[in-house]
Amino acid sequence: MSLGSVPLKYKISIDRDQCMKCMRCVDNCSYGVYRIEDDKIIIDSRKCTACHRCISMCPRDAITLQERPVDYRSHPLWTVEAREDVINQARTGKIILAGMGNAVDYPIIFDRLVLDACQVTNPSIDPLREPMELRTYLGKKPSKIEFTRDDKGDIDLKTELTPNLKLDTPLMIGHMSYGAISLNAQLSIAKAAKKSGTFMGTGEGGMHEAIYPYQDHSIVQIASGRFGVNIDYLERGAAIEIKVGQGAKPGIGGHLPGEKVCTDVSCTRMIPLGSDAISPAPHHDIYSIEDLAQLVRSLKEATEWKKPVFVKIAAVHNVAAIAAGIARSDADAVVIDGFKGGTGAAPKVFRDSVGMPIEAAVAAVDQKLNDQGIRNEVSVIASGGIRNSGDLAKSIALGADAVYIGTASLIALGCRVCGNCYRGLCPWGIATQREDLVDRIDPEVGSEHVANLIQGWTLELSELMGAAGLNSIESLRGNRSRLRSYMLDEGLMDVLQVDSVGA
Amino acid sequence: MCGIIGVIDRNMSLMDGSSIREALSLMDERGSGEGAGYVAYGIYPDHADCYAIHVFFDNLVEPKSSVDEILQDWGHIVHQEEIPTYEQPGLKKEHISWRYFFKPDAELMVGTSNPKDEIVKYVVMRVNSEIEGALIFSSGINLGVFKASGWPEDVANYFRIEDYKGYIWLAHNRYPTNTSGWWGGAHPFNLLDWSVVHNGEITSYGTNRRYVESHGYNCTMFTDTEVVAYLFDLLGREHGLPEDIVVEALAARFWDEIDEMPEKQEKFMRTLRLTYGPALMNGPFAIVVATNKGIVGFTDRIKLRPMVVGENGSRLYISSEEAAIRVMDPDVESIYMPRAGEPVIGRVIE
Repeated sequence: MSLGSVPLKYKISIDRDQCMKCMRCVDNCSYGVYRIEDDKIIIDSRKCTACHRCISMCPRDAITLQERPVDYRSHPLWTVEAREDVINQARTGKIILAGMGNAVDYPIIFDRLVLDACQVTNPSIDPLREPMELRTYLGKKPSKIEFTRDDKGDIDLKTELTPNLKLDTPLMIGHMSYGAISLNAQLSIAKAAKKSGTFMGTGEGGMHEAIYPYQDHSIVQIASGRFGVNIDYLERGAAIEIKVGQGAKPGIGGHLPGEKVCTDVSCTRMIPLGSDAISPAPHHDIYSIEDLAQLVRSLKEATEWKKPVFVKIAAVHNVAAIAAGIARSDADAVVIDGFKGGTGAAPKVFRDSVGMPIEAAVAAVDQKLNDQGIRNEVSVIASGGIRNSGDLAKSIALGADAVYIGTASLIALGCRVCGNCYRGLCPWGIATQREDLVDRIDPEVGSEHVANLIQGWTLELSELMGAAGLNSIESLRGNRSRLRSYMLDEGLMDVLQVDSVGA
Repeated sequence: MCGIIGVIDRNMSLMDGSSIREALSLMDERGSGEGAGYVAYGIYPDHADCYAIHVFFDNLVEPKSSVDEILQDWGHIVHQEEIPTYEQPGLKKEHISWRYFFKPDAELMVGTSNPKDEIVKYVVMRVNSEIEGALIFSSGINLGVFKASGWPEDVANYFRIEDYKGYIWLAHNRYPTNTSGWWGGAHPFNLLDWSVVHNGEITSYGTNRRYVESHGYNCTMFTDTEVVAYLFDLLGREHGLPEDIVVEALAARFWDEIDEMPEKQEKFMRTLRLTYGPALMNGPFAIVVATNKGIVGFTDRIKLRPMVVGENGSRLYISSEEAAIRVMDPDVESIYMPRAGEPVIGRVIE
C-alpha cells in the first residue's frame, strides 16, 4: 500500500523573462533543485529547503519561492505538520530529526517584556559624550574584600581574585563544534571574537590548528564524548566549559554522522576517519553533583588553577536548584541554555517539547542564587534564542552576566534558518564539510560580518543603558525594576520578578 | 530634586537644631512641602548605652503592643515615651511618634560578632515588614531621626528640634515623586548607626536592592534611599570597610581610570569593583551618610546632582547649595565643589 507523496513544502518558480541563464542557481544549490536539460533550467521544488542561496545569488531577482503552495483541509488540531509527521513515521518507523531551534509557536517572553528609560526625574546619559561601561568579568568573585591599611594609607590586599575572563561586551559566541560547522565558519567566528574583545566556544570537537592564533579568545568545551580533549587542548583555551546539556535537546547526547568526519575533523576530534561521533546522554563520570564538582576540580588542577571553568546545562524544570549546586563547586560560571537554542541535529520531539525558555530559566537561577546570598560569587551566562540587542539587555536585566549567541552569528554568515543543518549540504558553507561548499565562506569577510553584528548590538546596548540612566553594566544586571511585563500572566511575572506595565 | 545639608563638629561640641532648620528652609525651592526631616547624633547622653528606637504608630493599641512584645522578647525596654510634638497649622499629624530606649539581650542572637546590632536590625526588619501600623524609622544609639510630611520649618517646629543638641546633623527637604506624603518616605533614612540623606534617583535600585536582600535586609520603605543605608551597613559594619572604601565601592572608579593606576592599586580597585559590582550605585545622586564617628558625602560617578562643601575650623558642611551653608555659618571659610564620586569625609577627633 502506498501512502503517496505529501504536497510540496516550497515551490520555486523562475521568471523566464528575467532569467539570463547565468546558471548561478544551478551552481549554488547543493540540494539539487536545479538542473539543465536542453539548455533549459528545470526545477525540482520538492528538494528545496528555502535556504535562499539561489535567490540571494540570482543577479536578476528572477526566482520566487512560495511556502506551502498546496493547501490541506485546515484543522486547528491536526496541523499540516502533525499530519506530515505521522505520514513520515508511518513510512520509516524512526525518530524524526530536525535542525535549528524550537519551531513551535510558543509565546516569546522577550517580546512581552519592555525596558525602561529616563524622563525628567533623572537624566538619560549620552554614550557618545559620557563613559559607558560594558566591561564584564566572568568568573568567581569573593563574597567580601579583606585588606589591611598602614599608617601611610598603603593598602595590602588579602583577598586573592581567581582568574576571570574579561569581556569588552557582555556578548559571546556559543559553542558550535568544528564538525557541526565548517572550519571557515568557525574561523570567521574566532577572528570576530578576537576583533570584538570577546570569546567564542569551540564546541565539543577539539581545536583545529587554524584556530590556534585566536585561542586566547576561545573557550574549549568538554562534553560527554570527550572528543579532541587532551592537556594541550585544555591549555589552549582561555576558559574551559563542561557541557552537560543543550537547550535544544535536554537529556540526550549528540551524534555527528560519519559522513561529516573527514580527515581534518577526524584528526581534530581524535577519532577514526568516517566514524560516527556519538556523545552519550550523560557524562559517564558524572552521575551526581559531587562528581561534577570533582571534574571541575580535576580540570582546574590539570591547568594549574589558571583558567575559569564553566558548566553548561539545558534549561530544565529544576534548573535553579541545579545551578545552585554548580555554584557551590569550584565552577566559575553556569551557562543556561534555553529550549529555543539552536542545534545541528536533534530529535524533533526534544527540540520542540522538552525544557523551558531562557527568560524564565535565567530569572529563576538568578533568584535562587540571590536567595542563597551567592549570586555575585558566580557568573551566569544565558543562551538560547537571543535575537537582538533588546533580548540581550532583557537577559541581563533578568539576571545574566553575559549571553552566548549561536544562530544569530550564523545568520551573519549567511544562514537563513532553513533547518537542514544535519544533512551536511549547507549551501552557505556553514553546516557542511564539503570542500566546495566550505570555500563559499571567506573567513576574512565572514569575520567582518560577525564582528559588525557584535558591534551593532554593543552600540545599541550602550544606548539602551544610557537611556535608562545607567553607565555600567553591573547596574543593569538583575535590575528587575527597569523591566515591565506586557500581557504576561501573574505566575510568570512572579517567576521573572517583574511588575506589569503601568505598575 | 530635593535639598540636603549636613554638618559635623569634629571636636564633638554640640549644636542645637535651630540653625540647620534655617538652612534647610532656605532651600524650600528644592522641596514641595511634602516631606522634611532631621537626624542628630549625641542627643541622648542620658541613655547613651541604649538603642533609641523611634517608631511611627498609627495607634497605640494593636501595633504598639506587638512592638512592645517583640522588644521584650529580645531585650529590655529601659524607658519609653511619646516623642514630644507641638501642633503646627501646616502639618497634619498622621502618626504618633514614639521612642523606646532599648537594651538587647546579646545572649539571644548567635552567628554574629555583634549580636546587639543584629538583634536591633532583626527587630527593625521584622516590625517594618510584619507589623501593620508600626514603622521603626530610627534605631541607633544616642541619635534620633525626626521627620514628617510638611515644610522643613513646620517639621522642625513640630518636633522642636532646637531642643536637641548634637555634634552631627543631617537634614533633607523633599520633593517626592515615588511616595508622596508618607511620613516613612521622608528622609533621613536610618538603620542602627547609619543615617542617609539623598537627593536624586538611584537607577540601579533594582540591582542594589536584590544585593542587600540577599544579605538579610528587607526593603520596606518603597523608596530607593533606604537601600543606601543598608549598603553602608553591609559594607561598612558587616564587612568592616572604612567609609572611603565604601564610597569607592558604591561610586566605583571608571575602568579607564582603574586601568591607568599603578599595579598594586589597580589590583585593589579591580578586586573591589568585582566583589561589590551589585553594590555600585548608578543614576543621579548626592548623598550624605552619617555615623557616630563622622559624615561622608559623595555624588554619582558623573555628578548629576550638586554638592558643595564648606569648612570653618572644626566644622564641616556638605550641602546641595552654598547659600544654605552660608545661612548656617556666615563665617564659613572655604567653600568648594568636590569632583564626581569623590568622597568628602568629616571624622570626629576622639
